[in-house]
Amino acid sequence: MKDFKQKLRDFLWKARNTIHFSSVRTSEFFQKHHLGFITRWPGWLKAIFYLAPALTLLSIFTFYPIFNSFLISFYTGYNIQTGEYDGFTFLGNYAVVLQHANFKQAVLNTAIIVFVSVPITIIIGLLIAVALNAIKPLKSFYQTIFFLPYVTNTIAIGLVFAFIFSGNQNTIMNPVGLGLANQVITWFGGTPIAWVASGATYWSAMSVILVYSVWNGLAFKIIVFLAGIQGIDKQYYQSAQIDGASRAKSFTRITVPLISPMIFYILITSVIGSFKTYSSVVAIINREGLITTGSQGSINLKTIVFYIYDYIGGAALNGVMSYASAAAIILFAIILVFTVIQLQVGKRRVHY
Amino acid sequence: MEIRLEQLTKVFTDKTGKETRAVDDLTITIPSGKLVGLLGPSGCGKSTTLFMIAGLHKPSGGKIFFGDDDVTRLAPEKRGIGLVFQNYALYPHMTVRQNIMFPLENLNIGREEATKLVIEMAKLVGIEDQLDKKPSQLSGGQQQRVAIARALVKKPRVLLLDEPLSNLDARLRLQTREEIKRIQRETGITTIFVTHDQEEAMSISDQMVILDFGVQQQMDIPQNMYNKPINLFVAKFLGNPPINIVEGKIVDGKVFIGDNIQVATRTAKNGDYILGIRPEDFRFDPNGFDVDTKDIEHIGRDTMIRFSLGDVDLRALVDSDSVHGQKTIKLSVKAGKTHVFEKETGHVVL
Repeated sequence: MKDFKQKLRDFLWKARNTIHFSSVRTSEFFQKHHLGFITRWPGWLKAIFYLAPALTLLSIFTFYPIFNSFLISFYTGYNIQTGEYDGFTFLGNYAVVLQHANFKQAVLNTAIIVFVSVPITIIIGLLIAVALNAIKPLKSFYQTIFFLPYVTNTIAIGLVFAFIFSGNQNTIMNPVGLGLANQVITWFGGTPIAWVASGATYWSAMSVILVYSVWNGLAFKIIVFLAGIQGIDKQYYQSAQIDGASRAKSFTRITVPLISPMIFYILITSVIGSFKTYSSVVAIINREGLITTGSQGSINLKTIVFYIYDYIGGAALNGVMSYASAAAIILFAIILVFTVIQLQVGKRRVHY
Repeated sequence: MEIRLEQLTKVFTDKTGKETRAVDDLTITIPSGKLVGLLGPSGCGKSTTLFMIAGLHKPSGGKIFFGDDDVTRLAPEKRGIGLVFQNYALYPHMTVRQNIMFPLENLNIGREEATKLVIEMAKLVGIEDQLDKKPSQLSGGQQQRVAIARALVKKPRVLLLDEPLSNLDARLRLQTREEIKRIQRETGITTIFVTHDQEEAMSISDQMVILDFGVQQQMDIPQNMYNKPINLFVAKFLGNPPINIVEGKIVDGKVFIGDNIQVATRTAKNGDYILGIRPEDFRFDPNGFDVDTKDIEHIGRDTMIRFSLGDVDLRALVDSDSVHGQKTIKLSVKAGKTHVFEKETGHVVL
């Protein structure tokens, strides 16, 4: 066996030498006969060669769809089966989407999720990261625990949350049907609330989605912030301590500015992520994003992505796909604008 | 303000429970308004001592007094100290002005007065034209000055410097150490600094403390320490080129290297001793002992002669004019320049 391994190693070595020397000889031969251009590629051609696999995949699955949905958003009467369309409209599809009451509601729902959950998640994440950095015993144990939600399926976590906040109009007075949240409320003498089932209000359902978004986003942020905090030289804190700075001041004047690149990165990615919220609403409410509350009609908790999917669901009808495309492009534009604004602000506020 | 360390001890315990005595029973008095250098090889506990004075490390035993106040249990911010870290620890996201202003923000000082103090400090250290730059835009020497200004701006009672010159290049080092001396003279603040570089310590300190394994070896003014080392460690540690160490003995008041080379007279008990002779304390002498030169190096003003006595290699540093490439020369030791140490304890024999 050992002998075989040795032989294999020798063989591989010889093979490598043969290939290496033959390639050297070949290029020498080309050089000698003024054929050097065969082996001498220009730098940009080499770069494209190496980038080709990634570029191919990105073209097929990202660039082409974006470009195509941009096109489709200008068609009228587009048929997704045949690819035929009646003609073009400049902003007709956009106008339809923007005037649609459901779209306005979707933008409002999404905006609430973005502007409430992102700041709260970042602040809580920072505080937990600082706290985690401060404890000494079982440090890695706690870090693992706080990272667990990140590797857990969103839908699974959502189902747990839905269970915690369970209880509807009919079961609310029956202790068996109450979720953990309502049980806690009952212990403190409050009246149980129908959070996300029939009998719910807009804000009760939205607050569950917000709590879930915050919790679901925490893990990754904590890890990024913790890595940033651990990279800060301890002497800055010692120096601040000697200068009489309080802990709160050290945090705001030293920790936050020094990890501002991480905060900035997290801010941009989580704003983008929150604008694309979909699965958390599916997990907590349902696949329709609607809570039916009997006589009062239904509560609409659809996000922009829901709105797009709803149109895709009805795309068998000619022209409906164009509405979905227009909504997708609008979402793209919203995200683009917010990201550009953040980048501009970041230029002045972030210390690299 | 006078600083007194009384039996100061610091013991570090690692995970396996092994104890390291970083500072051991250190008792020193640092006189008011002086510049005192703590000198020692790496890991001798000098930085630990400094951090204990600063309050960043808690002593395992002993007491620290600032004047008459016992500050051993006092938090760092209440001690009234300024500390300059080895790598300066300037806040990279703040301008020089904000850096120097930072300690004042935590005191109850009006904004105008604070601004005035910052400019005053910047002038003292000579960086008043750099106030709106970020630390990364400054040279190492300028960063050092900013760090000193930041430490001094709140008028501390004590200034502590941790290896203040180790991050600077040779030319800047010379300049900065003069600067530190000047700033200390102008402010009259009691200053303690830590270094492993003897030249640095000898050139700027009024008083010098040599530590080894957390134990104080000697405290004196630098030149005295060089001329009269109290033990073998101090003798070996100070001086470049290093002191020659040979085995010797004393017989009837005469000091011998080996059996028959007399180098000095000394009234002490007969017996074996260790002798220390600084290279520059040899001189040419027609009545001296013969040595065979192994190597002669001319270094400008001086000439280094290597020779051996018995099986020990020695160096002598003599005036260049008197060496003409002789193979055999006669040397003797200047009167009173032979240091005699006890063989067991390494302690000097007076």
